[in-house]
Amino acid sequence: MLGGALIGLSVTLLLLFNGRMAGVSGIMNGLFQAPKDERIWRSTFLLGLIIGAIIFQAVLPDFFTPRQGYPIWLVAVGGFFVGVGTRLGNGCTSGHGICGIANLSKRSIFATLIFMGFGMVTVYIIRHVL
Amino acid sequence: MSKNFIALLSGIIFGLGLSVSQMINPNKVINFLDIFGQWDPSLAFVMMGALLVTFISFRLVLKRPEPLLEEGFHLSKRTDIDKALVTGAALFGVGWGMSGYCPGPAVANLGSGGFEAIIMVLSIYVGFFSQKWFSNRNS
Repeated sequence: MLGGALIGLSVTLLLLFNGRMAGVSGIMNGLFQAPKDERIWRSTFLLGLIIGAIIFQAVLPDFFTPRQGYPIWLVAVGGFFVGVGTRLGNGCTSGHGICGIANLSKRSIFATLIFMGFGMVTVYIIRHVL
Repeated sequence: MSKNFIALLSGIIFGLGLSVSQMINPNKVINFLDIFGQWDPSLAFVMMGALLVTFISFRLVLKRPEPLLEEGFHLSKRTDIDKALVTGAALFGVGWGMSGYCPGPAVANLGSGGFEAIIMVLSIYVGFFSQKWFSNRNS
């Protein structure tokens, strides 16, 4: 709950000051696609994501170790689908799942149900069928 | 305070939130999605925690005529559920389940998540550019 509340605080800050919905896939995409003067805040946000995780690991180093031995092709192909899918569908877990739902956007509620459902089916197939 | 500084601060808090909640851990994410196996429902509380804050805060913020450092809010006004939204969300779900990373945790992991995070972020960008190339070709 605490971690979720921090994420809620983070997206609230970005909306209150900058008027932006903190959708990470959209911010990532805009890093190379948006007009030049719209790229700096995107890079500082993404840098912040990395710094936040590094600070946490510096304070609690034993909390999380990187995953070892997971098939890298699943990550590569999965990443490709995440990239294509979030552009086609205009958002990911943060943009649709948190910002959009809070805004009661019908598109976001729908998208969140679909990606959760397909995520569950995919994990089922990988873990219990293959 | 500039918009770039606010974005940095917002990113840091987001990265801390992903770490505290363990969204940053792909095994944990896959266990959350594994409802027919060893289901770990704890990540549902992350979303609830975030929504508890944003349900209230967004209403207060959007009552303002405009944000503090920008002219006007950048909000999507679309309400249609089209084929692209459905296909896109489905593809994203498949990729999320395969890898265990959605975009936020993929980036947050770049600092210390090892080789996997780099591959994940690069693949996401290959996906972005492929989708753009494909939609340009078809229009």
